[in-house]
Amino acid sequence: MSNLSDPVFQQLLGGTFAALALGTIAGQLLKRRARSEDARATVANMNQRIKAWWVMCAIFAVAVLTGGIGSIILFALLSFLALREFITLVDSGRGDHRALLIAFFLALPAQYVLVAIGWYGLFSIFIPVYAFLLIPGVLAVVGETENFLQRTATIQWGLTICVYAISHAPALLFLDIPGYDGREALLLFYLVLVVQLSDVLQYVFGKLFGRHKIAPRVSPNKTWEVS
Amino acid sequence: MSGAVATWHVQPHSDRVRIYFANHSSHADFATIWAALPADVRARTRPVAAADYWQRSRLRRYLAAEVFRAVLIDRAGGGPAATEQMAAALRAGLSLIIFPEGTRGDGRVIAPFRSGLYHLAVAVPAAELIPVRLVNLNRVLPKGEAIPVPVIARLTFGAPIGLEEGESKESLLARAHAAVVALDERAKADRDMS
Repeated sequence: MSNLSDPVFQQLLGGTFAALALGTIAGQLLKRRARSEDARATVANMNQRIKAWWVMCAIFAVAVLTGGIGSIILFALLSFLALREFITLVDSGRGDHRALLIAFFLALPAQYVLVAIGWYGLFSIFIPVYAFLLIPGVLAVVGETENFLQRTATIQWGLTICVYAISHAPALLFLDIPGYDGREALLLFYLVLVVQLSDVLQYVFGKLFGRHKIAPRVSPNKTWEVS
Repeated sequence: MSGAVATWHVQPHSDRVRIYFANHSSHADFATIWAALPADVRARTRPVAAADYWQRSRLRRYLAAEVFRAVLIDRAGGGPAATEQMAAALRAGLSLIIFPEGTRGDGRVIAPFRSGLYHLAVAVPAAELIPVRLVNLNRVLPKGEAIPVPVIARLTFGAPIGLEEGESKESLLARAHAAVVALDERAKADRDMS
């Protein structure tokens, strides 16, 4: 995949970095103008976000430019971090240990290997069929019967959203669309751009127009005005 | 890979030697505490471990002596000899990490503390007793498992508890136990606040 030679891709990448550069300049100007303690905190928070967006864009650009394998490794890492966060939040016990090892070190890498080799037939059913059978099997063999169904469902659901769902993003690279050969990376770029923009815009408009909070205990910055 | 988040309710540095005492549910416990200490403090801190367990094979002997540089004590003989060994390390300016439950538990209940902590506090009154609460390590690497699962662990260092004038053994051990138990509640409260 020679993404860099594609003019559309060049424009998108250039546009994204130009927007970030603009944001950085605006952030620095605002930092000088901020007078009150409150305003200073807001600007500092915004500049931190801009910095984070730079890092995200840089990592993502490198991943896409290295072709399919870079993106696959990036999303595999994301899956790993997401699943780790998920399992930390739920209550796993000693009886779950073996099943969790299989989720982290067998199901997760296998799913991304299937993406890499483009075996769509197995990629689409590997977790919902095979991993879903294996997990309760291992839990049963370990022999802890308490809350068996809850524990099974928890690990299965973690795999579904953290691995199965996320793995579909790099799988976009392997879609076979007539007349669109070699430009699949644009699809992935589009997906990530839309998600990121939604985050950026809800933050900006929330700060400008947001009054009524949706669920302040969950996320203090989400407001009805923006949604 | 598993990661741990440390919270300090006490300054990490002190000019006194310290006895860190923690709940015990995993082989990863000691390494987690060690990793959370600043490098210079870590270099002066030793784990206390059971001689019968850590001298059973060549690999364990090597790990205990060369990697952890543990103070190995005799669990069965126990008593004054073990206390004297630990006190000698403290007097030499080394801080200690001990697990007063005496063995690894299931991570849900903290067993009553053995009396070694009390005898040590009496023998070396200059040492600070720092409660440490470990959470989730029983899930990272439970007893009897070899490969850790990536779960994020938490550890909390509490404010020092001191041996009071003429305090009984039971009283100190109960207070020490309660201090470790209470640290988890505090960790929960911190989380609710943020």
